[in-house]
Amino acid sequence: MRIRVGHLYPDYLNIYADRGNIAVLERRAAWRGHELVVESVGMGEPVRPGAHDLIYVGGGQDREQLLVAQDLARKAEQVLDAARGGTALLAVCGGYQLLGRGYRGFHGEDMPGVGLFPLETVAGDRRMIGDVLLECELDPGDRRTLAGFENHAGRTRLDPGATPLGRVVAGFGNDGESGFEGCRLGRAIGTYLHGPLLPRNPWLADWLLAQALAHARGTDEPEPLEPLDDALEAEAHAVSAARARSRGGRYPRKSGTLRVP
Amino acid sequence: MRPLLPLRLELAAARAVGRLSRLAGAGGGTTLPGKLLWKLDPRAIDRLAARLPLGSALVSATNGKTTTAALGASILGPSARLVHNRSGANLVSGVASTLLAAPRGAELGLFEVDEGALPEVAVRLRPRAVCLGNLFRDQLDRYGELELVAERGDDPQVGDLARERPGSIVFGLDDPRHAQPELQHAADSKYCIRCGTPYVFAAAYVGHLGDYRCPRCGHGRPPLDVRAREIALHGLERASFELVAPAGSRRIDLALPGLYNVYNALAAAALALALGSSLDDVARGLERAGAAFGRFERIAIDGRTLLMLLIKNPAGANEVVRTLVSGGAPQLAVVALNDAVADGKDVSWIWDVDFEPLLAGLDRLVATGGRAAELALRFRYGGLDPSAIEVVPDLSLALDRGLELTAAGGQLVVLPTYTAMLALRKIVAGRGYVRQYWEERAA
Repeated sequence: MRIRVGHLYPDYLNIYADRGNIAVLERRAAWRGHELVVESVGMGEPVRPGAHDLIYVGGGQDREQLLVAQDLARKAEQVLDAARGGTALLAVCGGYQLLGRGYRGFHGEDMPGVGLFPLETVAGDRRMIGDVLLECELDPGDRRTLAGFENHAGRTRLDPGATPLGRVVAGFGNDGESGFEGCRLGRAIGTYLHGPLLPRNPWLADWLLAQALAHARGTDEPEPLEPLDDALEAEAHAVSAARARSRGGRYPRKSGTLRVP
Repeated sequence: MRPLLPLRLELAAARAVGRLSRLAGAGGGTTLPGKLLWKLDPRAIDRLAARLPLGSALVSATNGKTTTAALGASILGPSARLVHNRSGANLVSGVASTLLAAPRGAELGLFEVDEGALPEVAVRLRPRAVCLGNLFRDQLDRYGELELVAERGDDPQVGDLARERPGSIVFGLDDPRHAQPELQHAADSKYCIRCGTPYVFAAAYVGHLGDYRCPRCGHGRPPLDVRAREIALHGLERASFELVAPAGSRRIDLALPGLYNVYNALAAAALALALGSSLDDVARGLERAGAAFGRFERIAIDGRTLLMLLIKNPAGANEVVRTLVSGGAPQLAVVALNDAVADGKDVSWIWDVDFEPLLAGLDRLVATGGRAAELALRFRYGGLDPSAIEVVPDLSLALDRGLELTAAGGQLVVLPTYTAMLALRKIVAGRGYVRQYWEERAA
């Protein structure tokens, strides 16, 4: 089966090895006999209706994020339509912030958001940096962990009733206070976790591929993918999770922050 | 405020700590004395530096600091007694420790300085010259994102600093035959720093370094004062180029390989010229210089040659890969990924390195270090056959495995991150093959 991926602003939003996430999706699809076709959607280019089974938005530095924010806001309706139509989505770090309602910068500059995720982000005076471990339950009864690395000055606050991606076991998460990380809305996932996220958390890559395949097939219920030998992935996950645990639980106060000049 | 102790006593205390640290086997003791001195009295560093009759010069960049400073030392060494942090201890504490250990009669300070520490070091040392190379994404977990560093500082961001300061010497490559066919993934300053329009590169040499121009507002590379023309790269062995400066030009034959070392040589040349060296001194100094430790360093071991190439960020690692492949891609490599503070705790950068040109030639890859599994994943998802990958987290065992797989008389390529490089050197030194870096003296 052919899985059509729309990669938003790959030239601008690529700061934390976002191409690693794409490589993992590509290979894991190919190992099951599916073909991932990645289309770049850049400045001024539309997200065409029904054109993508999965949308990917990566992270950028503040300057790059500012450059794309205006353009992305003009595509907001197209992205919302895609999500409403069952397109799966993964947004990491800066991309995650931009898919909320907006970002208020530390120096007062505001960035508009797409308004897909029910959340807002405000810049803080310290960056939250370090390994993170989350506990997630995307499908009822199926508990999994995600291990990654966070590096963000933004404090993201979910609206009441919004569903986070996971509960923070170790690290800061959305805002360093709520104990939540990321946001999940149907087939869309937003998170601060990079590392990149998918190589050491292959179950999430497979979850996204299954959702994207369901969209490609026009079905509501994703079918489970055949399992792969993920011993190496499990080892990388274990090392990363141990790094996060060694930080000493949720919102470590002493280490891992950097004052924003 | 008056210092707590007279400078003489502070210095004695700090020096004693360095000796103790070495005796205790804690390593080179290269930063501890300086840390203590800084704690006792930060201004002691200013006073130590002020004692140098010829003042100080600083070298800073994301990539190439250690090599540029080593090349600079080779040029300046014959005409001035140097104080130089050759071990690469480049934070304020490292500079302070180097000043503490300065030989009697030292005249000129030559310091490589971490990009993040540059403002503080510059304020304390009041240098005569600062040589700024390039700014790339590196250790984002330590510095936040690139802009935070660059705002304080052939790199669009560095070019503007030169424009704002009369008397600056601008250096860059001037040989489009060696340009990349397209801008690398690891390029950072791709958009005009004034108006945000994508730059047009007449030539991009290393990452985003090159001849850039904004098609909208015209912001472009300033005219070059010191240039490299007619560059010739000779595989893993050497590089040569014509050094063109206002005073004339010289053909330089460098005992270091790769285009990025031509950049380092140009940087060292520009710095030395700024300090008043003659073109002949520069040419002689550059040709005399060898590799700085861990950077294209060759170590003979058990009838084989260990070729150690430090990798620490995408732009630098890409150049190492490019140079390796141009010299005939190896069939075997040991790659070591650690995640200590000095390596960067965030290892995501390995996914931004273009390792792919290396993969075609590799029969076997030994992944090692604290994040060996993550590294193995990078190569597996990059397309290397899983059966070609061995994961051996222990560095000593990985080195043994690499040597075992290397034929007698052959060469083993090792690509370590910073702390893995130090650890590997220690392992090799423990077997009696190389001196520790703090025992080394300028040639």
